[in-house]
Amino acid sequence: MNFDFNDEQREIKSTARDFLGSRFKAETVRQLAERENPYDDALWRQISDLGWPGIAIAEEYGGLGLGVVELVILQEELGYVCAPSPFISNAVAGLVIEAAGSDEQRTRWLPGIASGEARGAAAMTADESPIVGAAAGSSVIVINDHDGGHLLETSAATLERLDLIDTTRAYFRVSGDGGDPLPGGPEIAMAAIDRATVALSAELVGVAQRALDMAVEYAKEREQFGRPIGAYQAVSHRCAEMLWAVEEARSLLYYAAWCADAQPETLPLAASMSNARASDAATSVTHNAIQVLGGIGFTWEHDVHFFLKRARVVAQLLGSAGMHRGRVAELAGLG
Amino acid sequence: MDLSLTPEEQAFRDEFRAWIEDNHPGPAPRGGDQIQYEFEREWQRKLHAGGWAGVSWPKEYGGRGATLIEQSIFGEELARARAPRPANVLGLVMGGPVVIAHGTEEQKERYLEPILSAEEIWCQGFSEPESGSDLASLKTKAVKENGGWRITGQKVWTTFAHEAKWCMLVARSDQDAPKHKGLTYFLMDMDQDEVEVRPLRQITGEAEFNELFIENAFVPDENVVGGEGNGWMVAITTLMNERAGLGASAALGLSNSLDELIDLAKERGVADDPIVRDRVARLKIGIEGLRLGALRALTATMKVGTPGPEGSIAKLQWSSTNQALTELALEVGGTDTLAKDNLWAYRFLRSRANSIEGGTSDVLKNIVAERVLGLPKLR
Repeated sequence: MNFDFNDEQREIKSTARDFLGSRFKAETVRQLAERENPYDDALWRQISDLGWPGIAIAEEYGGLGLGVVELVILQEELGYVCAPSPFISNAVAGLVIEAAGSDEQRTRWLPGIASGEARGAAAMTADESPIVGAAAGSSVIVINDHDGGHLLETSAATLERLDLIDTTRAYFRVSGDGGDPLPGGPEIAMAAIDRATVALSAELVGVAQRALDMAVEYAKEREQFGRPIGAYQAVSHRCAEMLWAVEEARSLLYYAAWCADAQPETLPLAASMSNARASDAATSVTHNAIQVLGGIGFTWEHDVHFFLKRARVVAQLLGSAGMHRGRVAELAGLG
Repeated sequence: MDLSLTPEEQAFRDEFRAWIEDNHPGPAPRGGDQIQYEFEREWQRKLHAGGWAGVSWPKEYGGRGATLIEQSIFGEELARARAPRPANVLGLVMGGPVVIAHGTEEQKERYLEPILSAEEIWCQGFSEPESGSDLASLKTKAVKENGGWRITGQKVWTTFAHEAKWCMLVARSDQDAPKHKGLTYFLMDMDQDEVEVRPLRQITGEAEFNELFIENAFVPDENVVGGEGNGWMVAITTLMNERAGLGASAALGLSNSLDELIDLAKERGVADDPIVRDRVARLKIGIEGLRLGALRALTATMKVGTPGPEGSIAKLQWSSTNQALTELALEVGGTDTLAKDNLWAYRFLRSRANSIEGGTSDVLKNIVAERVLGLPKLR
């Protein structure tokens, strides 16, 4: 047993940390968040040059042929910088088409998704949840419904831009009749959605880690009553509990990612456990970060609100924590 | 990343699982502490005869030399089989490892084998009425005399003191040194009139713990472990060992309890209650979070060599989950589970100690804040 990344995975992580840290600096994120379209084409091209859009897509379709563990590594780091990027939606479209699509659908769409040249986007229309990044830049939208889903070319879809609290990404509601059914069936599509759920958990863990780092850094520097506020247990214990939440969510996340790649029969439970925990961790840690930061944390000027808003929106994509706990209860033996 | 067991680990698990199947002593007998204790002692003799006592100890000292992962598998298998704990648990988990790490050759020769065979039971004399979380402030005094030391003071929360032959005792041997520096680690013979053991009745009604009243007890020089004045350092090793042992097997114990709670919910017809379902799911997630965090920590520890302060998070997870679990069981079980002799009532009451024993949750949060997050110290 080795519950840690291998050398290649560690390399991916450190490349991602360095690359994203330099490309998505706080001031860049802030600027992009204020634009109508928060996605920067040049940044997307750079991400594509690294091969990331195809990280979990098979090599025969132009991907890197790696797995959910590697996708999760990237997504955690993307969350850590609150990157304005359509990356996740494109990756989810790839996961679903590869799992549930016909040969023809795979051949048609996956190479563009993997290279980043023809982005995909994914939605679950059943609960009308918003979809990430089905902006003009995407070519195909994966619609998940209870019949196993279908594909809709973006040009044939009606897109309604949603003005959500998280402005670091563009969210849409999609409608449009017809489309090309995915032949894999509901079960296979659901397994792909479970993998997507794990990727969202990764983003939430990254968001939570960043909010924790902000709070801890501030607690070390900010002085009141003659000493750093982090020396007071009311503050330091809050921070300890934040770390507890982040680490617990991270353990469940890496396990779920490994299940997706190596032990798919355990994925439904693992995915829902991980998403429920990561959603709670990201929302509670961002709340607590604002509490530690005090007044400055409530200002537009401080960056923490981007993370608060991202956490809140992502926690409700592909099912709320409560919905996932419902599934956990069922699978844990309550029936 | 690979969470599956290696062929060696799998072989280890299969071998132990098969051994337990053949040797499981069945449920613990009722009829009082003494009978139960003899039962656990007999179980340890069996483990020892099978080569399964002291799995973490190096082979040269009679152990099995198991890796951390194998130790964790060992604990999980014991929990899975709902096997009893071995009687000399403090000797196995703390006493032996301390003697191995800090003891002289003579001490290893003298003490290790009787720990494994449960022939000599060990207890721990650290806490005092005035020194709980602030352990280094302890006042029990050791005064040098010819050939040894005279110990006077009071200890509390000593598990198994009434059964024990040896007490791992930390006492102040230098009154003038700074508080962490003036301590020495002794192995005190409990068979002397100068040591009085009084059982300490706890909120469950039973007496797992004792108070020790020590009045001029004698400890010979050869029973000092790790040298005069090094008691704090030696004691810290024991505490680290206590915490490293927790983790995955604790999660398995919780998992067993959760299964029982789910059965209880079904019996009571509340398995469909959305609030019960949500709370069960939270428990399930907490238990798996503990198990997986423990496995991650094991991998990290195997790479860097020593357990880190992150083990404190596992202890926090375990105590809070066990408390929440037993509380839910009482709500689900209704008045029946509030009966004095009900097992859930007992577990609920016992769980109140979980966030105190082995480091209070409040102190553990200090450790996490200061040593993991690097926040400034209050002191």
